[in-house]
Amino acid sequence: MLELRNLTKRFGPATAVSEVTLTIPAGQMVGVIGRSGAGKSTLLRMLNRLEDPSGGGIVFNGLSVDGLKGRELRRWRSRCAMIFQQFNLVPRLDVLTNVLLGRIAEHRTLPSLFKRFSDAERTMAMLALERLDLADKALQRADTLSGGQQQRVAIARAMMQQPELLLADEPIASLDPRSAAKVMDALRAINREDGITVICNLHTLDTARQYCDRIIAMFHGQVVFDDVPDALTRDTVRRIYGVEDDAEGFREELTSNSGWLRPGAPLAHSPALV
Amino acid sequence: MSEHTLKPGSLPAEVLARFDRLRAERRRTTVIGLAIFALCFAAAAWVGEFSLSRIAEGAPRIHEYIVKILPELRVSQFGEDMAYWFYGLPQWLALLWETVLMAYLATLLGTLGAVLGCFFAAHNLTPNGPAYFVARRSLEVARTIPDLVYALIFVFAFGLGPLAGILAIAIHSMGASGKLFAEAAENIDMKPVEGLRAAGANWVQTMRYAVVPQVLPNFASYTLWRFELNVRTAAVLGFVGAGGIGQELITAIRMLYYEDVSALVLLIVLTVTCIDLLCEKVRHHFIGKENLA
Ligand SMILES: Nc1ncnc2c1ncn2[C@@H]1O[C@H](COP(=O)(O)OP(=O)(O)OP(=O)(O)O)[C@@H](O)[C@H]1O
Ligand SMILES: [Mg+2]
Repeated sequence: MLELRNLTKRFGPATAVSEVTLTIPAGQMVGVIGRSGAGKSTLLRMLNRLEDPSGGGIVFNGLSVDGLKGRELRRWRSRCAMIFQQFNLVPRLDVLTNVLLGRIAEHRTLPSLFKRFSDAERTMAMLALERLDLADKALQRADTLSGGQQQRVAIARAMMQQPELLLADEPIASLDPRSAAKVMDALRAINREDGITVICNLHTLDTARQYCDRIIAMFHGQVVFDDVPDALTRDTVRRIYGVEDDAEGFREELTSNSGWLRPGAPLAHSPALV
Repeated sequence: MSEHTLKPGSLPAEVLARFDRLRAERRRTTVIGLAIFALCFAAAAWVGEFSLSRIAEGAPRIHEYIVKILPELRVSQFGEDMAYWFYGLPQWLALLWETVLMAYLATLLGTLGAVLGCFFAAHNLTPNGPAYFVARRSLEVARTIPDLVYALIFVFAFGLGPLAGILAIAIHSMGASGKLFAEAAENIDMKPVEGLRAAGANWVQTMRYAVVPQVLPNFASYTLWRFELNVRTAAVLGFVGAGGIGQELITAIRMLYYEDVSALVLLIVLTVTCIDLLCEKVRHHFIGKENLA
């Protein structure tokens, strides 16, 4: 169980995340939505401590996460894997090595400098790739793969960490719809079959509705909605995205990056500009 | 330089006005830049006593010196004349070999130092402020003091011979390559760094797997180039007794053994050319290679 208590993050005078209090039971698949700048990424990045909270606490199964340092902090990061919008693979290394890097926290510094991974780890990596339908790409350089494939490699790397928590920061925002579906299916499979808690920032409402057990909406750093997808009414959606349009009209715009310079579209409503 | 213009009436007046302001500003910058360049050029020429008349006056003397150092080679007894010219060849070749080895060892040592230092001296990667400061300043000192000065100090400390030269070149290489390496490291894509950090990697592991694969081709290419430069440096460090062929060359120059001077210079040029060609080959081999790290 993951508990956030009054979690806050300030960047200078600006407050990116403000007094967020949440309880997420093990095994849930949670979608976090909200318009650009609402603080979704910051919230997620605080959970695995890529950002340090300015206030409040994070507790995971009794472990206080917000005070961890050094070795303990790295152990925590390996327990709570993260995948990113831009995949964050090492482009010049082959896929298999990228996946094996998910084990890096288990290795002592000196031996790990020489790419010494055990046979068991290699087997595990190949199984992870096989599960994501990428086994035949194992020896290709990561940057020769398509975006969707790279994101699945990133998921395989995350699985190598044998995490208890999987954080995904807009994992499908730079993918085409087919690749996006594959990635989301993989995340849901991990959630359902392995019982791993998944917290996923999403730009598109329909994806959140389709895949998540629970939707959390943020607005100006605060949680303004937290319930099952069906409870998300049109009025709430309007408030979250700050749009007066009817829901159908703006959803498209939020869903893709192509709409924001459409002539006639009021600039203030375009997510990329706010 | 291209000059952008916009048709009046095609855009709102305030956009046009802002554009014109930007363009005027850019022109001003260009003019000021050119003026500063011209001023610096004039000042440098004046300080360097650079005058065409002096060059015209002195040029014939270059010719005179060259004629003086060239040996007499007759077709009828070419072999004997060549043998006479290169009478010291075995000893010179040994010294050249020593020179190349000095450069090789110094490049290895210097590169090692540069690689270790550059991660601390790259502002995006450095573990903390003090480490950054220390690394930056040390690399600066290492490269700004001329290698000849290091060589003099080490000759004084460790005596005549190649050890002093190797250390001098190594330290200078460390500083020079370290700065270039740090710059390459500052230009990397930081996403893999974040990816590794998020997976629980420590700082050393992050450098090894997120940074090294990105910078390695750059490092290899710089290092080969550094080796070429170091061969050149090693060839003159003998002037102050720090080993290599330079010792022989400075003696020949000082004692006015004219034909020895030309023979030695020719050998040095040949060696440097060979090294250049070799490095070029290796570099191309590196560039074509996938998955270096
Ligand atoms: N490193 C930082 N330095 C300063 N301000 C930051 C930093 N990171 C985020 N912010 C600010 O914090 C606020 C929340 O940003 P965050 O990236 O969490 O939003 P988001 O909901 O993920 O938006 P998006 O949908 O565009 O990814 C924004 O106003 C942003 O400008
Ligand atoms: Mg974000």
